[in-house]
Amino acid sequence: MNLYILKKLGFSLFFAGVFALNSSAQIVQPAIYGDFLITGATLYTVTQGEIEADLLVEKGRIAAIGFDLEVNEGVQIIDATGKRVYPGFIDAGTRLGLSEIGSVSLTRDFNERGNLVPYVQALTAINPNGVPIAVTRVSGVTTVVSAPSGGLFPGTAAAIHLLGYTPDQMYAGSKAVLLNFPNKGRSGSWDRRSDEKREEEYKENMEKLGDFWKEAERYHQLKSKGKLENQTNPPLDALQAVFQKKYPLFIEVNRAPDILEALKWAKDKDIRVVLTGVAEGWRVASEIAKSGFPVITGPVLQTPSRAYDRYDTPYTNPSQMKAAGVTVALRTNETENVRNLPFNAGYAASYGMGIDEALRAITIVPAQILGIEDEVGSLEVGKLANLFISNGDPFEPRVQIERVFIKGWDVPMESRHTQLYQQFLERSPGLQLNE
Amino acid sequence: MLLCASHFVLHSQNEFKSGNVLLKGGNLLTISHGDMEETDLLIMDGKIAEIGKDLNPPRNIPVLDVSGMYVMPGIVDAHSHVGLDAVNEATNPITAEVRIADVINPYDIALYHALAGGVTVSHAMHGSANVIGGQNQTIKHRYGTQDPNELIMEGAARTIKFALGENPMRVHGEGAGIIPNTRMGVETVIRQGFDEALQYRRDWEKYADHKENGIISKPPVYDLRLEALLEILDGEIMIHCHSYRSDEIYMLMQVCKDYGVKDLVFQHVNEGFKVAPELAEFGAMASVFSDWWAYKFEVYYSTAYNTTILAKNGVITSVNSDSRELIRHLYLEAAKAQRYGQLSDSETLKLITLNPAIQLGIADRVGTLEVGKDGDVAVFNAHPLSIYAIPQYTFVDGIKYFDCTEDPPDMRVLIDISDDLNNFMELQSGRGDHECLH
Repeated sequence: MNLYILKKLGFSLFFAGVFALNSSAQIVQPAIYGDFLITGATLYTVTQGEIEADLLVEKGRIAAIGFDLEVNEGVQIIDATGKRVYPGFIDAGTRLGLSEIGSVSLTRDFNERGNLVPYVQALTAINPNGVPIAVTRVSGVTTVVSAPSGGLFPGTAAAIHLLGYTPDQMYAGSKAVLLNFPNKGRSGSWDRRSDEKREEEYKENMEKLGDFWKEAERYHQLKSKGKLENQTNPPLDALQAVFQKKYPLFIEVNRAPDILEALKWAKDKDIRVVLTGVAEGWRVASEIAKSGFPVITGPVLQTPSRAYDRYDTPYTNPSQMKAAGVTVALRTNETENVRNLPFNAGYAASYGMGIDEALRAITIVPAQILGIEDEVGSLEVGKLANLFISNGDPFEPRVQIERVFIKGWDVPMESRHTQLYQQFLERSPGLQLNE
Repeated sequence: MLLCASHFVLHSQNEFKSGNVLLKGGNLLTISHGDMEETDLLIMDGKIAEIGKDLNPPRNIPVLDVSGMYVMPGIVDAHSHVGLDAVNEATNPITAEVRIADVINPYDIALYHALAGGVTVSHAMHGSANVIGGQNQTIKHRYGTQDPNELIMEGAARTIKFALGENPMRVHGEGAGIIPNTRMGVETVIRQGFDEALQYRRDWEKYADHKENGIISKPPVYDLRLEALLEILDGEIMIHCHSYRSDEIYMLMQVCKDYGVKDLVFQHVNEGFKVAPELAEFGAMASVFSDWWAYKFEVYYSTAYNTTILAKNGVITSVNSDSRELIRHLYLEAAKAQRYGQLSDSETLKLITLNPAIQLGIADRVGTLEVGKDGDVAVFNAHPLSIYAIPQYTFVDGIKYFDCTEDPPDMRVLIDISDDLNNFMELQSGRGDHECLH
């Protein structure tokens, strides 16, 4: 072993030690399982309007909504008079759990080597004990899609609930294969490629995509005819779920000309297509609407994509698409600050979408896009008890999220951030050690 | 258009360009004197001339009906890099001689985006590569001019960027193999820099002394860098220090005590909450992010409650953007101190008005609605701490620079043909938009 490797090893061992020590010093309390009767609140059901009624949680699910409900012995009654209850928010595009510290590469698990790696599984690398998970769920976001990024097919994303100690406990029953659609333009002011070079690379990428897709389709046809039984091919195998329509294909595309190309490419393909990103969707909203493909767009809180665009285009993008007839869900595209989802929704609401539609865009609409609308996305009997209690409109920064339930578990309203608050608001010792 | 003021007032483009305006019947959030409902605000010659009910302004003063709306002082951003051609002179651990004033770019569209978020003043800062970076420049967003000097806020306090921790360690220690490679080294660079400046002063004094006594001696070499360091020690330039960890924050306070430096503002200061009593005792101020954390190791043990803890401990605290994106909604960033710590409305509004103004040494000019102050005003259709507030009008020196009802799509001052449909601006993916090495 050469000196370099030794040094590297020593370095990472050192860091591993530091992290273990510190994270164990600040661990949140475990969640509590049980029956809960939430009384006196207004239920923002999303699918059935606002109801003033009690809500009963049993065996992890919403067991009943109404008055004078029959409850089991030992049910915990939560007086929520004057409060509101919402279904847990869903962020359909994040990196949550796949990265712990942005600048420390060995804590980043979202970007595998290779251009065609649809087989790498986000669910494998999501750290159930990552500090950002508790930080996020106390904001009322109970379910997220966590997605890898990188090359043409950077991996398979997974929907997770923000509670559990293993991937299986967290898994929300939905995955998506990701495609970064080739980008014809510059990807930013730092992109110094010449027009010719960009055109050339774009063509190359489109060819790569075309060839790979054709191969995957043929592979699928043969497999479904019972051929190639003993053959495995990881990238092609990973796409089988897309052809079987078990998982959607998430196509990440942002520039208007690229969106049009993506629509052309995806047209007539017998798969479940979802467009993600779609920053310039407003420019081609009617074309997207015609395609019928749903959209997961965001963040809403981002700068306009072009210097000559109105300052508020990112804010109005969701409502412009919605008005054209597109199915729109919102995302933050965040890692440690997924808790900003309600504020992104609030901006979409203010800038044309309205509060009800913006609420749908982070609850039932993403649930439908992910195919988990029977489980989450609204307050309905039979659905998972993913919900929260707030003392007002949760889009408003001043409003407090007071209780969060995930799969019927009463989640502690605790995270690294609240713990530090408790410890340091009135620090002891103060200025002097012996005051 | 629908999103803008419901009471749409017809007026010509030039009507509000004179520096005179009467804002009629708004809900004033004065910051200094509480909230005043249905009150007029008169701006004359770019300054707030009168505040009161049913004012009778001189004839020919243009009137803007803002009844039902909220009028607050123009928002002040204490940490920004918009309107700049360059940010980091990352070539030496000390570059106190370079000046951000020399690289102001009046064409930056982000200046207009800031105005569209009610921000009228920003602290254009040097980056954080060097332990002692360059001199910053407070600018007024007089967007539309092609003259960089018109953006400079005349009379603003002089400030300089310091930076502790990972960034100077990475750039110089890891990158160039020189000191600082550790936080020990960071302290050393500052102390040795100050000592060298003091020696330089003694050399000049000795030379002057010799000259007075007729002794012929060689004068010291004039050194702009050391001159700037002396101005810090003399209290003529205020330190604005990029910092994260509590130990390094504490270190700089000790250094400043040793050298008699009193004007100290910590920037970012994610772990400021851990030494809030010490900051308050020193009189050091804090300019923070609302909720950023975990993007690097030195911000892993931070909390979004930082703002509230600092404010409650008596530290003068502001919320800044350091970003082309966040500068467009600093009123939301401030409001997060209500989500995280339930700060009152008046304390929260101070985070983006009076407090940053104090930190930039311009509180006599901006930061509150008071007679005699600059006519820098932001008007919202709802309370600015509500998520549903939309900026309506922004005035700088009584001149209207943003009007939601008259906002053409293309607000570039200079049309750049390279901004074609093939080019994205800095579309945010993760943290791609931040210019300083925060």
